[in-house]
Amino acid sequence: MTGAADPMQGDGNTVSTEFEAVIGMEVHVELNTRSKVFCGCSTNFHAPPNTNVCPVCLGMPGVLPVLNRRAVERSVAAGIALGCTISRWSKMDRKNYFYPDLAKNYQISQYDLPLSHDGVLEVDVVSPGSQTPSASKRIRIRRAHLEEDTARNTHALPGGCSGVDFNRSGVPLLEIVTEPDIQNADEAYSYLISLRQLLLYLGISDCNMEEGSLRAEANISLRRPGATELGVKTEVKNVASFTGAYRAIEYEIARQRQVLLDGGTVVQETRGWDADRGVTVAQRTKESAHDYRYFPEPDLVPIVVDAAWETEIRSGLPELPKARRERFATALGLSSYDATVLTATRAIADYFEAVVAAGAPAKPAANWIMGDLQAVLSERDLEPSDAALPAAHLAAMITLIETGKISGKIAKDLLPELVDTKRPPEALVEEKGLAQISDAGALRELVRKAVADNPGPAQDVRNGKTKAVGFLVGQVMKASKGKANPKVINELLQEELTSE
Amino acid sequence: MSRDWFGCTAHEISDALRSGAVTAREVAQSCLDRIDAVDGRVQAYVEVWRDEALRQADAADARIQAGTAGPLTGVPVSLKDVLCTQTGATTCCSRILEGYRSPFDATVVRRLQEAGAVFLGKVNMDEFAMGSTTENSARQVTRNPWDLERVPGGSSGGSAASVAADETAISIGSDTGGSIRQPAAFCGCVGMKPTYGRVSRYGLVAFASSLDQIGPLAKDVRDCATTLNVICGRDPHDSTSADVPVPDFTEALTGDVGDLRIGLPRECFTEDLSDVVRGPVIQAARTLEDRGATLVDVDLPLLRYAVATYYIICTAEASANLARFDGVRYGYRDPDAKNVQDMYVLSKSRGFGPEVQRRIVLGTYVLSSGYYDAYYLKAQRVRRLIRDDYARAFASCDAILMPVTPSPAYRLGEMLDDPLQMYLADIYTIGVNLAGLPAISVPCGKSSAGLPIGMQLVGKAFDEATILRAAHAYELHAGIALGRPALAG
Amino acid sequence: MKEIARSDVEYVAALAQLKLDDAAADRLVGELGEILAYMDLLNELDTEGVEPMMHALEVTNVYRDDVTAPSLPREAALQNAPRTDGAYFLVPRILDQE
Ligand SMILES: [Zn+2]
Repeated sequence: MTGAADPMQGDGNTVSTEFEAVIGMEVHVELNTRSKVFCGCSTNFHAPPNTNVCPVCLGMPGVLPVLNRRAVERSVAAGIALGCTISRWSKMDRKNYFYPDLAKNYQISQYDLPLSHDGVLEVDVVSPGSQTPSASKRIRIRRAHLEEDTARNTHALPGGCSGVDFNRSGVPLLEIVTEPDIQNADEAYSYLISLRQLLLYLGISDCNMEEGSLRAEANISLRRPGATELGVKTEVKNVASFTGAYRAIEYEIARQRQVLLDGGTVVQETRGWDADRGVTVAQRTKESAHDYRYFPEPDLVPIVVDAAWETEIRSGLPELPKARRERFATALGLSSYDATVLTATRAIADYFEAVVAAGAPAKPAANWIMGDLQAVLSERDLEPSDAALPAAHLAAMITLIETGKISGKIAKDLLPELVDTKRPPEALVEEKGLAQISDAGALRELVRKAVADNPGPAQDVRNGKTKAVGFLVGQVMKASKGKANPKVINELLQEELTSE
Repeated sequence: MSRDWFGCTAHEISDALRSGAVTAREVAQSCLDRIDAVDGRVQAYVEVWRDEALRQADAADARIQAGTAGPLTGVPVSLKDVLCTQTGATTCCSRILEGYRSPFDATVVRRLQEAGAVFLGKVNMDEFAMGSTTENSARQVTRNPWDLERVPGGSSGGSAASVAADETAISIGSDTGGSIRQPAAFCGCVGMKPTYGRVSRYGLVAFASSLDQIGPLAKDVRDCATTLNVICGRDPHDSTSADVPVPDFTEALTGDVGDLRIGLPRECFTEDLSDVVRGPVIQAARTLEDRGATLVDVDLPLLRYAVATYYIICTAEASANLARFDGVRYGYRDPDAKNVQDMYVLSKSRGFGPEVQRRIVLGTYVLSSGYYDAYYLKAQRVRRLIRDDYARAFASCDAILMPVTPSPAYRLGEMLDDPLQMYLADIYTIGVNLAGLPAISVPCGKSSAGLPIGMQLVGKAFDEATILRAAHAYELHAGIALGRPALAG
Repeated sequence: MKEIARSDVEYVAALAQLKLDDAAADRLVGELGEILAYMDLLNELDTEGVEPMMHALEVTNVYRDDVTAPSLPREAALQNAPRTDGAYFLVPRILDQE
């Protein structure tokens, strides 16, 4: 038995010696507007079934849609951030098919004139479990268009029925489609990570896969290297996480490869990812279901995003992750790794910048946020934020260290209390008498006592074994309850032990 | 009571109400009595709202007492069953919507209610407004009050019949390809389709969204103008309702047409037009000329393409608009349905009548893969040419005068077996919908058999005022007295 | 233009979720054939370069603000449902997908 005979042994990166995978991604994200895209119902995810519904999103007779301006603006914002060309003129279309979750039995979507098209997302390629980028990849965005979400079907009802909850019906949905530029599961996984990061930065979607506000599908085909024609593709759906997408794509590449190696042909079909079994399964769909009979939505007027409106939306965009990462590295002197970690989310980047703005130097601020603060906060299930620890407090604490008022050690010990009490560090230091002792007169007694109490190590130092200095410093620190300035102790020890 | 209030125009009723000669309750009761007396033969109403009408009438009387009444306060109105109303059922005269209760009122219904109108009930129509005879109703066959063996026209046949039989002062209908104007012509009343976008479509159950428009049917032009004053205007619930100022249309009713150029399209007066219609329509043009209007010949060379264009676009839109009737959220669900597929197929196949199914199939066909460009896209391009055709004609005239229908009202059953012939009879009305223009149908004579004939005035977009002025002047000076239908059984 | 076949009518009816009995299908083949043949009249017109007309009204950019409005009470939403358990619209069990 060879590894190749078992699709489970598939590895997206080694297949390419015989076949190369051609993958395009389709991602649907729910835009986090307050109201739905065509009516005033709330988009709140957690409402009881069929309570965020009205005649419009139930598709009742006589209703008409009216487009939510913010849904358009957020779609355009995403298009700009993805480097797309924004369509000056676009329109909504009806996509006709029957399904119980589709209130009108047509979905209002965009067909030939999407809001934005022809963009690119630069992606640092990582693997699940490893955040160190192996390469950088440009993935072209074909289009991003606005449409309405469908209702949600529930199958676990008594009496052998399915139930339909229309709360989700009409939530604005942005569909982002890539060119088939993705070549393996790592790239697909990394694309999803980068895309989510971007959308979270923009603040236009919660991108919560568990709640379904981000859904990903992959179109996968294989071809011989160098071949220009695309192979027959399958569409893989039902992935519930980014690692799920990774595994599904790995599996599907291996499966198609095996089919081809066995002399078979890949069937064009939709396949669902079964996470429990780790396989993709063909889904039955009716042949006629794909004649969607798109035509322009007569109930909605064309969308014209002129240069002025585009500029207005563009000027409202936050600094995007890539630009911010580069600025952190160049202007603030952070290492590339630190810059990446500190721009992972807009929240942590904002927090870091707030700490710097409050007077802390960038490097120690970065170290504290990524190190001790992160540790203290994660114990408390918190994220770095003003609410968890006011940026001004962290900056003040770092300033106390930098100016020699307290030692790093004291600061470390103080951090949990700063988080728990939200009191300014100066006040806590004052109250607890934690200020560092740098006065030579006050420390000389302690130094002399340490030398006297530890004649062995003292002699070692005199004999040139400088390692023993550390021990003596430690003794002084201990005696001062950590408050002594180690630099001053060092100087005093040198004086004491060389002056004889 | 010395007068038959049911037979009065809205403005006569309004004047009498304000002078205290009658109460709104008495007017409403008079109409309800009239309905009791004649509707068994006319069959215009599918639902009569007795209690609701009297309740609204009392509210109207209170407003009249308080001095806050408007021109439609206390005026009886019937509503085509295609308009969503919280009162009663909204069925579009289809089995698939039997018993459906709308959770909201159409914007026009709300506006009329706020104006103090008294709703007498819902009136019959072709199922989902698809038809020209009202015989496609799943409810009943409405008769033409002038000849009970003939159709009232359609699809707003119940509206036209209820006005013509004096079962209401005003009716609200909808016009997608002539569905107000054609029955108005067949029944001898005035019917108006406003410019597309003038009246909110919110709460009008859609047939063809880019063509549908709500409008009034009334006993005279003034009542049409008064009703337009109430129902026109931008509605935030309808993206296609125009943000264009609404004038007081009654101010246009000056009786003077001395400055108007009236265009007569050569293509409308060919041998396809029966003499019985041609005579009165030409005579109507002469009457306006006598009052000082200038008659000019215009051309609508694309008229002959209008029917094909219209039936591609309207059926395409309808095929999507009617998809929602699937038995999930409302409407008929076939009891035999054991799975989702059956639920759709059985509910639709047994819930929709034959004409609706025919149009759904046609509309699905013209949109389907491989035919979209040849039919739907082609029709959309021709639609623009037709619009341009009218624009060119309006370069040399202020209003266009033409027939409404090629012939007077058909016999019952006469058109049922030949859908194409029925579609072709819409030739004079549908171009207006394709171009989005306003048009009014005004009685201009009777055939020797005593059947009403209508003429049509078409205006520029948002220039309802001009055609109302011309129609009113014609009405004033023509001396046409159709009389009253005898309603002999 | 191509002659309409019975299979075309059946395909299109299936797309629209309609089931025609034999007599209705036969009748519709004839009627549709006649109507579509008539519609071929449009091919007389050269429409090269003519912008399709989607709307009778030439208006763009009509929006609503992103503010919530009251939804229907659930009883009102479910009022017309052929089948409901008071919370959901009930349909026969949906097979496949999701
Ligand atoms: Zn809603």
